[in-house]
Amino acid sequence: MMRKIILATLLMALPASAADTPDMRGAPFAMQGGEAVYRGVCQGCHMADAKGASGAGTYPALAANPKLAESGYVLSMVMNGHRGMPPFRGHFTNAQVADVVNFVRSHFGNHYKGKATEADVQALRQ
Amino acid sequence: MTAPSRRSLFQMIGVVAGSAAMYHAMTELGYAEGSSFEGPIKLSRPPAGSSVLILGAGIAGMVAAMELRDAGYKVQVLEYNGRPGGRNWSLYGGDTYTELGGATQHVQFDPGQYLNPGPWRLPFHHRGILHYARRMGVAMEPFIQVNYNAYVHSPNGYGGKPQRYRKIQADFHGHVAELLAKSTRQNALDQAVSKEDREILMQALQAWGALDGNYEYKKGVASSMRRGFDVDPGGGIKSVPVPSEPSALSDLLRSGLWSAIGSGHNYELQSTIFQPRGGMGTIGKAMGANLGPLIEYNCKVTDIRQDGEGVTATYVDSRNDGAPRTARAQWCLCTIPTPILAQIPMNVGAPMKAAIDQLPYLAAVKVGLQFKRRFWEEDEQIYGGITYTSLPSTTISYPMWDYYSAGKGVLLGAYTFGRPAYLAAAKSPQERIQDALRDGAQIHPQYPAEYENGVAVAWHRVPWAMGCQGAWTEEARDQHYNNLCALDGRILLASEHASRLPGWQEGSVTSALDAITRLHARVVQP
Repeated sequence: MMRKIILATLLMALPASAADTPDMRGAPFAMQGGEAVYRGVCQGCHMADAKGASGAGTYPALAANPKLAESGYVLSMVMNGHRGMPPFRGHFTNAQVADVVNFVRSHFGNHYKGKATEADVQALRQ
Repeated sequence: MTAPSRRSLFQMIGVVAGSAAMYHAMTELGYAEGSSFEGPIKLSRPPAGSSVLILGAGIAGMVAAMELRDAGYKVQVLEYNGRPGGRNWSLYGGDTYTELGGATQHVQFDPGQYLNPGPWRLPFHHRGILHYARRMGVAMEPFIQVNYNAYVHSPNGYGGKPQRYRKIQADFHGHVAELLAKSTRQNALDQAVSKEDREILMQALQAWGALDGNYEYKKGVASSMRRGFDVDPGGGIKSVPVPSEPSALSDLLRSGLWSAIGSGHNYELQSTIFQPRGGMGTIGKAMGANLGPLIEYNCKVTDIRQDGEGVTATYVDSRNDGAPRTARAQWCLCTIPTPILAQIPMNVGAPMKAAIDQLPYLAAVKVGLQFKRRFWEEDEQIYGGITYTSLPSTTISYPMWDYYSAGKGVLLGAYTFGRPAYLAAAKSPQERIQDALRDGAQIHPQYPAEYENGVAVAWHRVPWAMGCQGAWTEEARDQHYNNLCALDGRILLASEHASRLPGWQEGSVTSALDAITRLHARVVQP
């Protein structure tokens, strides 16, 4: 218990550059299930309707997006990030990643076959 | 739960006091480096007709534009927004801000009140940005980083009651000093400290930790001169001070609050820190006025193409995506945030492209809250500075202007990075404000009665930034940083994301100066 507290605060003490003392990471994401992960985090950029948004740049729509046909592509984007998408490998459990990938591939007008598994996510951690 | 081992105690000291290990961790992240600013830049006159197209009128773009213009270059700046500054930005009453997703906030702050959604501090050793602020005639006032009368707070300590920074720091130093004094007396430090030095160490611990004559940290005048009295000394008959009771070491350790007293030790947060009077955005505004018609506003860049003689940027009106236009120069300095730049077609080599593609921007959220009266001053004697809480809002900062004024005040009600910022970005602005009000009310019960209006900025939803700052890791820096900064044909990048001062305006300034120095060398000695 004590060890855990110290570790957490060690991270907290790292100055987040222009940020303050605290916490570049914060408490682990607690939400369970693909929809909860999407609503809790992903819709911050991809929006509640998964249609993305556009300003100087674009957050791509996940709704009716043919790129989601390949679950490996979606898994890799969530884990590793690319072109503005941050990597989430350090933020989500394998279950959270698999669940949210399966959620977006089966909602918002997407009906793609095949399910991502926790083992698929784990393979990307090797 | 057991008492902490001595080893873990030393680990904590390292955390709070700044150990070699911590310094190492900081340098790894690129945070412990100082500014490379070496005074005003002096570029020689370039060949007649030399021209540079600058993309982005933030701090990096405008510093470069002013210096290149002054050297004799023909300069044109394209800016997405209808204002100069980029992330150098303040929100005032009457401003309207629409984030990605379409939520529009009409800022209702009173005159004189503002929120700096982005940068808000100028450390004294960030000489580059301070140089340009002075050159622009921007007035400075002190930014209070450490306020001994502000709070540190956790729901897991002291019954969730906020503690004055002063008391927690005094108690932590006092208890640690007492433990070290005991170890010294018991000759536990013989290996590390010579007999002669032990005497000196004992004196030092007594002075540093406010220990009494027996080298103990306990209730008395010595400790109260640090942590404060229950009844302060006064004049006349009712003059007798009543010392306060230090908190127990175990309560202090288990509260975790010791982790909230270290921020002011960091090089970048040491006194003196400045803020521009009237908001950080005054710097960007002044630079924009200085450049005048050289900046073309409302330009959304859609394509960047270089050839043997120059660089052409294609752009549309950012307000209506109108007909494409082009701008062309011999060279291009691009300061567009990498999450956006990664999506703009641009013919650069694979190394620079890979460097851009791998650099997302961090999540960060700030919430500004206007209250009817300055209750933190009137009720709690908090004048500027920062309260830290382990709640998601993380940071509450008090306005560092108009002290003692009878009017209203705007608090920074939340300033958070990382996971709490991701969670907040997924919510509506109103929900972010409600969250900040809920957290803050645990520290200041006056919140519900005194709240008037607020504004919330989640940086991943900022249409022209898509995040707050380059999210470098040490591995990524090793692999990509030099490729990001290198001149690629006729295209060169600058921004805080092309610096080792991530998120700091000093990074933008020094990045811009370094870039145009290299560019100029290439121009005059091809």
